[in-house]
Amino acid sequence: MFPPPGDGRAADRLLALLTGGAALLGALLLAVILATTLSGAVPALGSLSEALTRAHWAPLDGRFGMLAMIAASLAASLLALLLAAPLAVLLAVWLALYCPLRMQGALRALYELMAAIPSVVYGLWGLTLLVPLINRLAPPGANLLSAALVLALMILPYGVLLIDSRLRSVPLAQRQAGLACGLSTWGCFRAVHWPLARPGALAAMVLQFGRALGETMAVLMVAGNVVQLPDSLLAPVRTLTANIALEMGYAADLHRAALFLSGLLLLLLAMALMWRRPGGA
Amino acid sequence: MRRQDWLPAGAGALCTAALAALLVGLLALLLWQAAPLLSLDWLWRPPRDAGLAGGIGSILVSTLLVVLVCLAAVIPLGLGCAIQLSERIDRRGRAARALGFSLDVLAATPSIVFALFGYQFFAVTLGLGFSIASGGLTLACMALPLMVRGSEQALRGVPVAVREAGAALALSDTGMLWRVLLPQARRGIAAAVILSLGRALAETAVLLFTAGYVLRMPGSLLDSGRTLSVHIYDLAMHVPGGSGPAAASAVVLVALIVALNLLIHRSLRTGEPDDC
Repeated sequence: MFPPPGDGRAADRLLALLTGGAALLGALLLAVILATTLSGAVPALGSLSEALTRAHWAPLDGRFGMLAMIAASLAASLLALLLAAPLAVLLAVWLALYCPLRMQGALRALYELMAAIPSVVYGLWGLTLLVPLINRLAPPGANLLSAALVLALMILPYGVLLIDSRLRSVPLAQRQAGLACGLSTWGCFRAVHWPLARPGALAAMVLQFGRALGETMAVLMVAGNVVQLPDSLLAPVRTLTANIALEMGYAADLHRAALFLSGLLLLLLAMALMWRRPGGA
Repeated sequence: MRRQDWLPAGAGALCTAALAALLVGLLALLLWQAAPLLSLDWLWRPPRDAGLAGGIGSILVSTLLVVLVCLAAVIPLGLGCAIQLSERIDRRGRAARALGFSLDVLAATPSIVFALFGYQFFAVTLGLGFSIASGGLTLACMALPLMVRGSEQALRGVPVAVREAGAALALSDTGMLWRVLLPQARRGIAAAVILSLGRALAETAVLLFTAGYVLRMPGSLLDSGRTLSVHIYDLAMHVPGGSGPAAASAVVLVALIVALNLLIHRSLRTGEPDDC
């Protein structure tokens, strides 16, 4: 800690002022974003109930039902989570407990690289490889399944790294106790690691679900972008985030306000996800 | 290895190998698609025909400018927040909780929301228009949590003994910051800066509605400019036959990201001992 400011020289007072100002800005930024999004959405607030309960999205006719897109967002993210979560646990367990020590560093670097690859590149891969492949199965190929697969690949490395760090933070003494009881590595994982790592692993997965919901570009490039309730895996869908990206360029008046309303919903969702853990750490 | 371990060990090894092979395959494919185009000359030439011909010269310049604006805003702001959080205010106090909550929510906010905010606030309300300044400032808001949390952690990691030595010399706050805290935490702070840079470089959605997608060379920070990631998106989605140049631009973008990742590894590895 610094000594309390106030008695010091001018430079110290200036420093206190600057860092205090920066912190104030940082704390106010969320409020400013919330206020800006809210003020953009105000004209559409009257149709909030329609937006949440109707699936009919026809901006030209003044119909702003978002249910189909909300359902598509949830479906794509849930599917991606279902695909990625078990695989992430398996990969993380192998990385932390089975993999030869020499390989661990290289593998972590690989997952970090996968996590750092921009979403537009995943979208490009989906568009040039996955969509033509699925197109043979069910034209036009850009559909809910492609979106879920690309999302799953995108959230997988984060999941692996987060669960791996949880597994590694299990105290050595407890690991040794498990092994001393004659447990196999797998038995030790089930009896010692998993009970300790599970809450963190679940939190990591909730976080990844949030990321999948918020992802825009990759989904926009592979989901097909037809506004409809997803009735099958092979139905082209449009997610809430993709809709904003697609229509923001030309939207005006009430249409524009409806897009801000969908942004506001996404922001409120992020706040709800973070509400239970104030202060971070 | 015991019998119970066969299945998880085998399945884990198989899946890991498959995933690694997939990633290598995808990268190789990208390189193969890009190979006919990639050359030093292509990097500097201006793009023509919506990017189908020519190079990516003006796009690299726009990308650089957007990233520089972002860093110029996020480094002082983020460092200020981090210093306040780690040195001045009580970790469990109300101010720290408010700032922490704001940062946590910003970290979890979808980028498309930042796009709406940046368009409405920087481009319209502040009158910056579709410009590199709007884009960079919006990206700075988005990268702020990364910058603050990274540098806060680095500052908190400065050993108490070093702090006490500084205090025993009766250093002023500014002296303490410049001579003790920042030099000691510089590697962690550098990693936070690189992380923010990578986030800004990877972003597409935000820039579509703040920096725009004009192809020509930007004349000033108030000009619209197209970044690499926006270029990839536009070529892949809106330009028939654009997958070759899109792949080539993606190779450049991924190469930049890989280089940044290596830099982070280096700055963190020599900084503090790993826990394993």
